[in-house]
Amino acid sequence: MALLETKDLTMQFGGLTAVDNFEISVDKDELVGLIGPNGAGKTTIFNMLTGVYTPTEGSIHIGGKNAIGKTPYQIVKLGGARTFQNIRLFKDLKVIDNIKIAYHHEVDYNILNGVFRTKKFWQGEKKAYEEALEFLKIFEMEDYADTLAKNLPYGKQRKLEIARALATKPKILMLDEPAAGMNPQETKELMETIHFIKDKFDIAILLIEHDMNLVMGICERIVVIDYGKIIAKGTPDEIKNNPDVIRVYLGE
Amino acid sequence: MKKDTLKSYLINLLAIVVLFIIMKMLISNGVLNRYYVGIIVFIGVNIILASSLNIATGFLGQLALGHAGFMATGAYTSAITAMTLIDRGVALPNSVILIISLIAAGTVSLLVSLIIGIPSLRLRGDYLGIITLGFGEVIRVFINNIKFTGGAQGLTGIPMLTTFDNTFWITVFVIFVLYTFTNSKHGRAIISIREDEIAAEAVGIPTTFYKVLGFSTAAFFGGVGGGLYAHYLAFLDPNIFGFMRSVEILVIVVLGGMGSLTGSIIAAIVLTILPEALRDFAQYRLLIYSFLLVAMMIFRPQGLFGTAEFSMKMFLHKLRHNQIISPRKEIKDGD
Repeated sequence: MALLETKDLTMQFGGLTAVDNFEISVDKDELVGLIGPNGAGKTTIFNMLTGVYTPTEGSIHIGGKNAIGKTPYQIVKLGGARTFQNIRLFKDLKVIDNIKIAYHHEVDYNILNGVFRTKKFWQGEKKAYEEALEFLKIFEMEDYADTLAKNLPYGKQRKLEIARALATKPKILMLDEPAAGMNPQETKELMETIHFIKDKFDIAILLIEHDMNLVMGICERIVVIDYGKIIAKGTPDEIKNNPDVIRVYLGE
Repeated sequence: MKKDTLKSYLINLLAIVVLFIIMKMLISNGVLNRYYVGIIVFIGVNIILASSLNIATGFLGQLALGHAGFMATGAYTSAITAMTLIDRGVALPNSVILIISLIAAGTVSLLVSLIIGIPSLRLRGDYLGIITLGFGEVIRVFINNIKFTGGAQGLTGIPMLTTFDNTFWITVFVIFVLYTFTNSKHGRAIISIREDEIAAEAVGIPTTFYKVLGFSTAAFFGGVGGGLYAHYLAFLDPNIFGFMRSVEILVIVVLGGMGSLTGSIIAAIVLTILPEALRDFAQYRLLIYSFLLVAMMIFRPQGLFGTAEFSMKMFLHKLRHNQIISPRKEIKDGD
């Protein structure tokens, strides 16, 4: 079974069908793009996949397990991690603490250990610190470990958000418009980061994006939706030449 | 790292013991008379109340407007527990009775906080503020109208168990517990909710659990503070625990810095001594409070300390290097 699989996924808000019979299957080492005009329902799909909304109908499986009716933190435990369209970092905390928080479940001690500073606490904290630092090294951000997250440049903030999502050890990483608000240079770096993640970690990536250079440049498969319905699926080349996609989204 | 931390613990312990001895000497010399000792006890109580409220408001980021309610719950529970124990003729030293009563006080406050916290903290937003506001009043009216709390006439005959010594050490213990709690993975989870609740949930923090945990920790120690207060006054009147009392505690937290325990300590000291020093102008107290708050919001909206903590180690380091101490300076973990 694929790492992420949805069937007949439908979301209705009152009389409005925001997403209609959406089906997608993303496998290990795959990078799939989800595109469509504004209001097509992309973020609604993300919110269903990450447990923010409960779909009206349909099924979602992450890593072979049912993900319907789960809260966002339970989805994280199943192996679904996400980033947000407008970056959501723990701004007033240090970069390394941002990562440590994502390690929450890995650090193994209870409240009493923490309050009375037992050996288990020190071991747990040491491990969390070392692993978080190791993680920052992978992303070449160890020099920023003690910087407050809000003081990072924009591109680095996005990178940290992605790193933090990966620190939860996900099976599938969902990126919601990672290039939003970036200049061409930052977008280029972001593409390299995403490529690197795909090589380094054994995960599937699902990506929403409006930046066509980025989508066409890195996605292996693309799904196009409009008014909540899938209108095309295929490789970047097929999508570029699909008349429906050109009409509703890319423009002639 | 660990050796460094141990060293800073020892420095802090040493500083606390020295402070205790100095104050003890001043008391036995008669420099600090009973009136001053009373103020010191109230400072201790206010430190406990403010730093516990700081967990809910400063670290967790939830507005809680009914801390006096938990204080009242704790005060009455503690008083009644101690009175019952002594009536039954339980032969225990005073300090043990006090500790049992305070634990009872904290536990009852904690249970009450679960009742109001679980439904309201499942929601995102300021619902807790409204509910705690109502809760504070409900508790006061409730105590006013039942028999075994003495009703509106107040509860008399409470054993005077609170002394300078036990107030001092209980305050130290509470601060230690709150400090270590906020500097553990659980504290980190609580702070992450303040920073961004949606992001916290998206990295796997069970937010409702940690919100309830933070809120009930605040309530527990709020109850302990109330208990200590009851055993010093030896008389309880439900009207002490009105809405203004909650506001006073909140003012201490805001003034000291939301998210700084040391800030709460300093602000509690200042705001307990200030009204006493300004006794002659008692009617202007609230005026001064509001003026202080307005000035604070204009010139230093993050409070005296912001989210930083004052640390003995940093202080000594600065002294040695002849620099001016700045509480804004970032400090490292474990200091």
